[in-house]
Amino acid sequence: MQLNVLFFAQARERAGAASATLTLPDGSCVRDALDALALEYEGLAPLRSHLAVAQNGVLVRAGDALRDGAELALLPPVSGG
Amino acid sequence: MATLTHDMLDAAALTAALQRRDCGTVLAFLGTTRDHHDGRRVTQLAYEAYEPMALRELEALEREAREQFEIEACTVSHRLGVVPPAEPSVVVVVASHHRGPAFDACRWIMDELKKRVPIWKKESYAGGGEEWVSGTKLES
Repeated sequence: MQLNVLFFAQARERAGAASATLTLPDGSCVRDALDALALEYEGLAPLRSHLAVAQNGVLVRAGDALRDGAELALLPPVSGG
Repeated sequence: MATLTHDMLDAAALTAALQRRDCGTVLAFLGTTRDHHDGRRVTQLAYEAYEPMALRELEALEREAREQFEIEACTVSHRLGVVPPAEPSVVVVVASHHRGPAFDACRWIMDELKKRVPIWKKESYAGGGEEWVSGTKLES
């Protein structure tokens, strides 16, 4: 499966990119995506435990299944207002 | 109606838009950028959002506020991009028959906004340096 990954704020700066394409085996879950991204972007590792993840704009948990073609957003702690 | 914009927020226009004959209160809250943080002088703040999700969350806040409080209307507007000190980064306007529910709803909206909406801000300091403001982890 292929995912369109979006990085925001600290995640964007640490990854050195605003977006990336990620290819994973079918049946992968959110945790698998984070594992693969932490390997590819070492700078993300210290931020990992603080990240929330949204799939197609909806927050998901580590064990949730990924959908082929989904948009996966890495969201650091929020500070709006 | 929730708004995300890179333009300056016009609090007067946003407030006037909610004035109605059946409401005795139109309450406007302006969150303005501060020129200091932890003893350092802040020269500007820069805001970034996951825009489609942030807009949906702001719309959900408006809807939930109307359900939970005795208010007739509310709008939440958030600015993105660079905001110089003293300018509003967020404007919440609430219209209600009486003032109590408007104050309660406004506080609730701002508290929830800071916990639920994917928006981030980065401070730039006089003399150099910049930092993302520490925030709240989003909970699914």
